[in-house]
Formats: sequence, structure tokens, C-alpha cells
Amino acid sequence: MTFIDYLFLFGGMGLVTYIPRWLPLFYLAHRKMPQWLIDWLSLIPVAILTALLAPILFTDQSARSLEIGKPELLVAIPTLIFALKTKSLGGTVLVGMGLYWLTGIILT
Amino acid sequence: MKTADNAPARKGDAPTALTWFREGAMTAWPICFGYIPIGLALGVLASQAGLPAWAVTMMSVLVFAGSAQFICVAMLAAGASAGSIIFTTLAVNLRHFLMSSSLAVHLSGVRRLFLSFFAYGITDESFAVNMTRFREGNWGRWQAITVNQLANLAWITATTCGALLGQFIPVGAFGTDYALTAMFLALLIFQLHDIIFILTGLISLCIAVLWYLFIPGDSYIIGASVTAATIGYFLKRYRDKRR
Repeated sequence: MTFIDYLFLFGGMGLVTYIPRWLPLFYLAHRKMPQWLIDWLSLIPVAILTALLAPILFTDQSARSLEIGKPELLVAIPTLIFALKTKSLGGTVLVGMGLYWLTGIILT
Repeated sequence: MKTADNAPARKGDAPTALTWFREGAMTAWPICFGYIPIGLALGVLASQAGLPAWAVTMMSVLVFAGSAQFICVAMLAAGASAGSIIFTTLAVNLRHFLMSSSLAVHLSGVRRLFLSFFAYGITDESFAVNMTRFREGNWGRWQAITVNQLANLAWITATTCGALLGQFIPVGAFGTDYALTAMFLALLIFQLHDIIFILTGLISLCIAVLWYLFIPGDSYIIGASVTAATIGYFLKRYRDKRR
């Protein structure tokens, strides 16, 4: 592929990535939003976060099948408790990484 | 919303700008940390698929969307057409439509030029971090855009390094694979303000697992979050009426 081929491909990908990120912000930030929409949108972060985490914690992602008790889930429990107790984002990331690393050593 | 947010930017306000940057950087580092292993992995895969390093850099600058970039590399390796790759990218990244809408609540009345720059940096990670901070208060658009852009810088650097170094890097050492998962877990905990939020999260979790198992692709993210937020909204209305 030539430079122009890559530019066309990545430019196209960039455009279809940018528009969904830009359009709502551009319009909604200058409108008076109804209260029901604000209430609904306030629930979106928690719903998206759990949706993103769900397959990582509860499924075998290569086979796309249910898997209960994978290391990611076991490590998630103390990681969640740490986050709840300390309210520290950076600390939780380090603790989660450390526990996951240790789990990998123990299981292999 | 917040008056400080709507105030025009003051030029020559160096100490404040520095504070904004420092606050942004303090919040952005877990994202940057998490991007390093994923970015390296993407760069390595891309170089194995035959992409030159400059093309990887160009992709990270123009697209800045991790999952779409992985899919792009896999599709290029499989000989897919540009049109089908672009269409898949659109499908994968439509979820940002929801995130952008949620962020609009906290960026109301901000200049459109700023919003247009800000939109470029909306990712799963920056969205989750910025929404948590906005909700806690004491967070403004300048700190938020610092988070977006530092994450972007880490992403471009990591993917380029991965492409340059090829197979020489051990991917996933020291549990770095888990960095973003741990970050999402912490952000999830910070989002659980009352029982409605907890229920919404549990509903979303169940729907996402089922949707993921039975429907191919990435539609489970939008499907589960829209359904769960809607159910959560009606639960909240029901509770508020009974009070």
C-alpha cells in the first residue's frame, strides 16, 4: 500500500470515529436538555463501565463462551475492595496489576 | 452548570494553567500506563502485518481508537477492502455517541471550537475518568482536555514504539495487561452513588454477558448500556414517585 492508500484508509476511519464523538457534544452542549435526558445520561457511565468489564471478567474471549472463576475475576474482587476502601484510582491500578501478575506466577 | 466552566479562558494566567495541567496529569497517568502494553502490542501486530512504522503513527494520530485499530490491522492482514474496514470502524465506535452526549451535560455553554478539539480525545478511558471527576466537582474543561491529550500522546508513542521494535518486547510483563481493567473497576466503584446506580450496573452486567455470548461483534456495549440505563431510569422514576 502506498502513502495515499494509507491516508485514504486512516482518514476515512478517523472521520467515522470523530463524528460520533463530536456531533452530540457540538449540539447538546448548547441546548437546554430536558431533565429526563440528564437523568438518563447520568446512568450511562455505570452502564458502559459494567458492559465493558462484563466479557473480560465472565467470559473466555477467544472462544466467546461463559467462564466463571477466571483469574481476571478473582483478582477483580480484592481490587474492587481496595478501590472501595481507598478511593484511589492510581493505587487501585497498581494493586490490580500486582495481584494479576502474582496470580499469573502462581498459576503457571 | 458550573460557572467556572463557562468562564472564558484568561490569557497569561500561568499558575492556573499549570495547576490545570498538573491536575490533569495526575488523573491521566493510569490511562497512559494502561495504554503502554496495549499500544506496544498493536504496534507489534501491525509491523507483523506489514504496516510500516510511519503508517502506524499516522493511524494513531488520525483514528485514536484502540479497538478499531486492532480490528483494522487484523482486517488488513486478511486482505479486507478499505470500505469494509471503514464501515467496521464506524460500527465499533458508535458507542462514543453516548459518551459524547453524557459529557455534554458537563460542558454546556463551552465554545464550539473547544468542543470540536475535545471531541477528538473522547475514548472509553478518558470518558470514564473525566465523567467521574466532573461528577465529583472541582473539575473543568481544561483539566479534562489535558487528560484526553496526554492519553493521546501516550497512545501515539506506545504504538509507534511497538511498530519500531517489532517482536523484541515482551508484551504483558508485570501485570500491565490488567491496568485498564483495574482502572475500569475503580471507576465503576466511584460511580455507585446510590441503589439505582448499583442496580443499573448489575442489569448492564447481565445483559452484556448474554449479548456478548449470543451476538457476534461489539454491539453488546451499546445494547447493554442503553437497555440498562433505560431500565435504571424507570426504576428511579418509580422510586421517586413512591416517596
